[in-house]
Amino acid sequence: MPNVEPSRPEFVTPGIDQPMAAVIEKPLTLAERLYGSAFARKLAILALLCAVWQIYAASLDNPLLLPSFTATAKALFQAILSGGLLARAALSLKVLLMGYAAGLALAMLLSAFAVSSRIGSDLLETLTAMFNPLPSIALLPIALLWFGLGNGSTVFVLIHSVLWPVALNTHAGFTAVSSTLRMVGRNYGLRGPRYVARILVPAAFPSILAGLKIGWAFAWRTLIAAELIFGVTSGSGGLGWFIFERKNDLDIPAVFAGLASVIIIGLLVENGIFRNLEAATVRKWGMQH
Amino acid sequence: MAETPPLLEVDGVTLQYKTPHHLLTAIYRVGFKVHAADRFVLLGPSGCGKSTLLKAVGGYLAPVEGSIRLKGQVIRSPGPDRIMVFQEFDQLLPWKSVKENVAFPLAAARGLPSRQARDKAMQAIAKVNLTQFADNYPHTLSGGMKQRVAIARALAMEPDILLMDEPFAALDALTRQRMQEELLQLWEGTRFTVLFVTHSIPEAVKLGRRILLLSPLPGRVRAELNSDGTDAADRESGLKLSERIHRILFADASAPSEVAYA
Repeated sequence: MPNVEPSRPEFVTPGIDQPMAAVIEKPLTLAERLYGSAFARKLAILALLCAVWQIYAASLDNPLLLPSFTATAKALFQAILSGGLLARAALSLKVLLMGYAAGLALAMLLSAFAVSSRIGSDLLETLTAMFNPLPSIALLPIALLWFGLGNGSTVFVLIHSVLWPVALNTHAGFTAVSSTLRMVGRNYGLRGPRYVARILVPAAFPSILAGLKIGWAFAWRTLIAAELIFGVTSGSGGLGWFIFERKNDLDIPAVFAGLASVIIIGLLVENGIFRNLEAATVRKWGMQH
Repeated sequence: MAETPPLLEVDGVTLQYKTPHHLLTAIYRVGFKVHAADRFVLLGPSGCGKSTLLKAVGGYLAPVEGSIRLKGQVIRSPGPDRIMVFQEFDQLLPWKSVKENVAFPLAAARGLPSRQARDKAMQAIAKVNLTQFADNYPHTLSGGMKQRVAIARALAMEPDILLMDEPFAALDALTRQRMQEELLQLWEGTRFTVLFVTHSIPEAVKLGRRILLLSPLPGRVRAELNSDGTDAADRESGLKLSERIHRILFADASAPSEVAYA
């Protein structure tokens, strides 16, 4: 049997708390910093996609089927300068914001009701199970009958596309709030709307934010589709209608320019608004990494 | 000395809660009295219903029998006159900084103007030595620091009674010891009333002035003892307080069902 090592000297390092001479921090190189920036990485991906597009379009050489990247970019600038593309986009965004805001308000009311009573949560679950799978566009003919030609019917369809996913996410977030946090809120004597607004909403914010993003994407695609089909009848004449008109004129680069602006606005909202909202809330609070 | 009425009176309380399949009795006909500036400890093995009893005092659970009165008023719902400190580290609101966490109930429940609430919060934070972390968010703090913030938040509210539900149980041994000493120092400073739940005999002996021993399943009162914090030997039996508690809690340790809960 091996013996225990008989004598090992003890030691204490003197002066361990003195400042060190070795390198503790040094700046990263430019390449390291660029690769570390999500924005730079995404820009590189976009540039690569545009290059592939340009090369393929050049080899296809059929501008009626697939205009090149440069032709699309040119058409985009022309549409902005003379074709009133910006005004069209602004029109679309205005209608979108109306529908989005109304949808969010209703979703908040519905999920607050759902969290405060059992019948409320049954109501929410049943309604979302019924209406969430129903494509918003399918409601547009009915909406036109009910609300007539005009923004009213588009806003109705937008509310439908935003309300259910946001309510579902918000409710899921509310039910996932830890029982300790709930007890803390009630310990402060908070009740009813104050309890929901000051405890549940911030505590469930990661889920709510996910719902906001999904709702935004649903609303945006619903709006463009609605404008494409019923653009002029619903009176908005936004981006979708721009795409439809240019297709009728066989101005395919302009069609691509219209599609590109739909994509660009989507990217801007995702990377501009939602990213910053995330950084200022759930990331700062350590609820999401 | 004239007899002052107790601050908290728990009288013949029975507590039950439902699981999907059973109706469980957690506490059966338990009574005790807590006086102002008391450090009252509820001690018992896991599953004796001591946390449930504390939640009932907090107002989260209504007794099916008996009554709980604070300053003579029957407790019906949670309220800011009884601030709880939980064991869980997630009791701080993650979307508020340390300062905001302490100031929030002062503004929301006490209705203090925000400047006054902030000043008061900073005083409480200074008492638990966290001034330099006042602008940190909870996720950047260690477990011990989070518990200190929770204690600062509770003390700033100046509740009638402070309810502590094993606040140091999830801490490492060194931190736990330091926190116990800090709590005693804070008590020496303001003499608040505290009802403290623990399953640790040394913690009960160190922190309690009065210790209520509960038996498991359902919780009943086994004994109520005094402590001077030093674990001194009893004159009569010659046993240290912690040894006496151990004997009382595990008196019929031969019954295997109870050993499982020890």
